[in-house]
Amino acid sequence: MALVSVPSLMQDLTAGQDQVNIEGETIREIILNFDKVFPGVKDRLCDGDRIKPFIAVYIGSELSQAGMRELVSPDSEIHFVPAISGG
Amino acid sequence: MPEDKEFKVIGTRPIRHDGIDKVTGRAAYGADIHFPDMLHGKVLRSPYAHARIKSIDISKASSHPAVKCIITSDDLPLVEDTITELGETVINLKYLSDNILASDKALYKGHPVAAVAATDPYAAEEAINMIEVDYEILEPVLDVRQAMEPDAPVLHESLKTESMGKGEDQSQNVASHSQRKHGDLEAGFAAADIIVERDFSTATIHQGYIETHNATAQYNEDGELTVWCSTQGAFGVRDQLSKILKMPVSKIKVVPMEIGGGFGGKVQVYIKPIAALLAMKTRKPVKMTMTRTEVFEGTGPAPGSYIRVKLGADKTGKITAAEAHLIFEAGAYPGSAVGAGSLCIFAPYKIDNLQIDGYDVVLNKPKSSAYRAPGAPNACFASECVIDEICQKLDMDPIKFRLINGAKEGDRRCDGPIYPKIGYLETVEAAQQHGHYAESIDKTPNGKLRGRGVASGFWMNGGGRSSVTINVNADGRINLIEGSTDIGGTRASIAMQAAEVLGLSSEDIMPAVVDTDSVGYTGVTGGSRTTFATGIAAINAAENIRAQMIGVVANHWELKPSDVKFKDGTFLAQKNGEELQMTFKEVAAVAGGPLVGSVTASPGGAGNGFATHIVDLEVDSETGKVDILRYTAIQDVGRAIHPSYAEGQVEGGVAQGVGWALSEGYLYNDEGHMTNASFLDYRMPTSYDLPSIETVLVEVPNPGHPYGVRGAGEVPLVPPLAAIANAVSRAIGVRMTELPMSPDRVLEAMGSI
Repeated sequence: MALVSVPSLMQDLTAGQDQVNIEGETIREIILNFDKVFPGVKDRLCDGDRIKPFIAVYIGSELSQAGMRELVSPDSEIHFVPAISGG
Repeated sequence: MPEDKEFKVIGTRPIRHDGIDKVTGRAAYGADIHFPDMLHGKVLRSPYAHARIKSIDISKASSHPAVKCIITSDDLPLVEDTITELGETVINLKYLSDNILASDKALYKGHPVAAVAATDPYAAEEAINMIEVDYEILEPVLDVRQAMEPDAPVLHESLKTESMGKGEDQSQNVASHSQRKHGDLEAGFAAADIIVERDFSTATIHQGYIETHNATAQYNEDGELTVWCSTQGAFGVRDQLSKILKMPVSKIKVVPMEIGGGFGGKVQVYIKPIAALLAMKTRKPVKMTMTRTEVFEGTGPAPGSYIRVKLGADKTGKITAAEAHLIFEAGAYPGSAVGAGSLCIFAPYKIDNLQIDGYDVVLNKPKSSAYRAPGAPNACFASECVIDEICQKLDMDPIKFRLINGAKEGDRRCDGPIYPKIGYLETVEAAQQHGHYAESIDKTPNGKLRGRGVASGFWMNGGGRSSVTINVNADGRINLIEGSTDIGGTRASIAMQAAEVLGLSSEDIMPAVVDTDSVGYTGVTGGSRTTFATGIAAINAAENIRAQMIGVVANHWELKPSDVKFKDGTFLAQKNGEELQMTFKEVAAVAGGPLVGSVTASPGGAGNGFATHIVDLEVDSETGKVDILRYTAIQDVGRAIHPSYAEGQVEGGVAQGVGWALSEGYLYNDEGHMTNASFLDYRMPTSYDLPSIETVLVEVPNPGHPYGVRGAGEVPLVPPLAAIANAVSRAIGVRMTELPMSPDRVLEAMGSI
């Protein structure tokens, strides 16, 4: 199972847990399964079937560019962080 | 990855391809565009920082004989009040549109209210003064802390605080709250032997690009819009025009002209949609060029900020806990760089217990924009100054402190992800070993006060989409077609990467930056991405060409492609015991027609950038003036493709940092009017203010790029603010916490006034 790091501002949904193990082979499956365990997660992270524009997803140390389609392996570490841009 | 000795082109310093046109004045900029029947556009801007627009009467202005068209926000298509992805950024469409032409409220002095197209620029200027606007003047709010108060004037009645997908009960001016947190903060501070906590503030700063914004738009009868302009990203302009004007992107062509500086400030559009709308209504070309005052008052500066940092360390110098609150000026609409600032503030260090809160706050100033490593200079000014104070209190060498706490591969970044291969510690070690640091500084020569400051900085660097097309001509020379605006020598740095693949010289490649109809989608020149991402597209396109040429050679020699080898620009094979070889140019000649390779790449693995700077300076205790004596900037660039241009990026970043630290800043009166909106009064450093800046390029190759490139354009602006503040503080014996450190502030800190 992938290890999902729970953003501190979403830990009200996970009873304070900062990391959870979630099944899934894509970010979409991870979020849907995460939401089954902790309802409300998907609404925080997604607009419909897309990651919200101001949220970025890291798989390990790499910024994901494939959104919900991004592939995830069982040993992946997943981070949802505020998106940023450069100048 | 090849070792240094294997490179033929990378690491050399050829003359840039656009050099002769630039130094002879032949290079064409936006202001050089001219059409015989061209009209001139001018914008009417709000004289108030906060006002409700009750009515706009254009009747008198319309009667001016030279006026051909007047537009207000009523002429812009209605767009949704919704957040959408726009190229490489996200934006609220209504805010984007309202910043072009104010609809219900003017939210800063200089906010466009109406625009005129006339037969000459002077008539356009006359006409805008004939437009009558009835305003209800409202109280402005100009400080982020005041804007967060419950009774502060509200800019947007509908604004709700975004907080990782959750609404928060904040002031209506707080657009967003982000948080990064890990470990046990309370336990970390309990374990500290020393804790320093301080408040810092930085001024609103402008990028100060020498060329003002400009745009010329032409609309054809077949419904196609062409815009010639100065921009960091033609495709970004096309996307914004498409959204604001509700036109399909396929009907819009953006032609990027040469650019006289951008630094992040030429990504957002301002007058381009206005020129386009005026051209669409008049069916004539319309040209617009901003004045310097319009640039200061009406375009996006870097946000001013207020930052509180609390840091704990034990007696050995190990950081035990860190906490930061960052409050950034978004300007009139949400979207400051507080997110990036929050990410960067403690990024050079491994910290087990940490919390960072960032607030994006709207107030009555122009919508803030990016400026090299947006948010990071403000943030690292605060954190690096607190680190310096801890070093003083522990009586510890600041370089040693950084070696103890510095992040390396495998450590966790403050927002969670693990660092890949990075070169922060290598920059600190290079600083420690540098002659500048080894040389002692005489603290009180001639009654003046001298100090030395050290600071580090981080920028994450970006990837994103880039496209390159390579055409091989029959004479063996290459046209390299790209969409990346060349601001700092990227024609050369991209061409050199293609040349390395093909065994050619840089001079054999002829790069061209072309319009949006002539190359595939390419992201903005920003985020320190161009040499990295467009470079990879060029490498991939060159590899494609090399494979095609191997096919040509194999066919020519009647061999299989797998029989043909390529080395140093020569194709080799053996046939019937005979050694065969052809040069690149010979193959181009026999190819029988042009060979074309087109690639769009969207690489990850940009590789983070770190820098460590050392500065010596002198403070005149009578006048408070600070003179920089010596400056050494050390930066991990991964691999310097063209070292001169990497050094140029570093030197430029330091020069801008000196201005940010010592002299620059928007000055506002109580009504929210900027009182120094010209280069006479907004004091940027000149060559008289700067010493020779020594650069040291550290090369810790980025595994995410075939040649090891890391972005180099932004991180050099991160350390100077803190390095200079630390040096001033050590010189005068008082901790400086407010920028700019102008002479009056220095004297005030010393108790002299």
